[in-house]
Amino acid sequence: MILGLTWLIGFQILGEVIVGVLDLPVPGPVVGMLLLFVFLRLRRPPGSSSILRAGSGLLRHLQLFFVPAGVGVVAYLGVLGDDWLPISVAMLGSWLLGLVVVGWTAVGLERLLGQPRDDQPRAAS
Amino acid sequence: MTGIDAATDTLLEVARSPLGLLGVTLGGYQAGRWLQRRTNDHSLAQPVLVAIVVAGVAITLLDVDYPDYRAATELVAFWLGPATVALAIPLHAQADRLRGFVVPLLVAIVLGAVTSITSAVLLARWLGADRALEETLATKAATTPVAIGLTESLGGIPPLAAVFALAIGIVGAVAGPALLHVLRVHDRRARGLALGAVSHGVGASRMLRENETEGAFAGLSMGLSALAISVVLPILALWLF
Repeated sequence: MILGLTWLIGFQILGEVIVGVLDLPVPGPVVGMLLLFVFLRLRRPPGSSSILRAGSGLLRHLQLFFVPAGVGVVAYLGVLGDDWLPISVAMLGSWLLGLVVVGWTAVGLERLLGQPRDDQPRAAS
Repeated sequence: MTGIDAATDTLLEVARSPLGLLGVTLGGYQAGRWLQRRTNDHSLAQPVLVAIVVAGVAITLLDVDYPDYRAATELVAFWLGPATVALAIPLHAQADRLRGFVVPLLVAIVLGAVTSITSAVLLARWLGADRALEETLATKAATTPVAIGLTESLGGIPPLAAVFALAIGIVGAVAGPALLHVLRVHDRRARGLALGAVSHGVGASRMLRENETEGAFAGLSMGLSALAISVVLPILALWLF
């Protein structure tokens, strides 16, 4: 477990260093993710390896790690005050438009390029 | 009487300590997981949402300031970084599904970034928001650290940008999968891509529970969208503001 976590933190540090040196506009962990992806493609470690087990363990509880920042939403609710209408409409409206544009563009281009892959998801809950 | 008072004081003191606040956070999360199991994965029973409500109510009742709560729970928030790195793991497992999808993926991400930014700013302006608020809303589709950084460079309100990004992530976790069903987006790659693009890591956390392919593409989409939004925003800002 600790060995796997050490690897993940190592990739995060590498990501932070690259972001700092190249002055990239993305967070260090995102670059670390892309580096780890390349590493996994090249080395293809077995499923029992420490990095895969530690990483999968963390991902099972990904939602937990958002809680400290998320409580900020509760703390800020009162501050929104008079601006709640433009905020909620802009948030939900642009969220919906983004979802439609990304989803339909991806599916449409797939069909256009002749490689559709329509696997049926289970009924929406 | 004094004995009971002393005991109450001690209890409050422990509850307000970093240990107590960590306990409330973990307890709220476990309550959320329990609720998720009990309701057969009802969309509203997202552990992150339940934990936020529990911790939010707790710090209000205990009269703890949010910055103090945030500092006390740094131990939990820290793991977001390594967990983000770990999103490479489902993507690795699903890598052969990238074949024939690279062009649709990149085009969709860029169009999505432009749509998210432009529509948020114009909708807010139409309803009478001021400029600082528009600049803060513009970045909400990006993952939290990127949203904060970009809002800062535009001149918006960085702590509010984090709040917006988190909130829209939770909206995605709750409503995303059902809505994609309504929109008849059935390809699992496209579903993950769409939710990751508008609801970043929180959206990806829901998708990971639904299906590994959807989770993998949501994680990738979160990373690439952060990049696309960072690149596109300064250009769009010339025209929008």
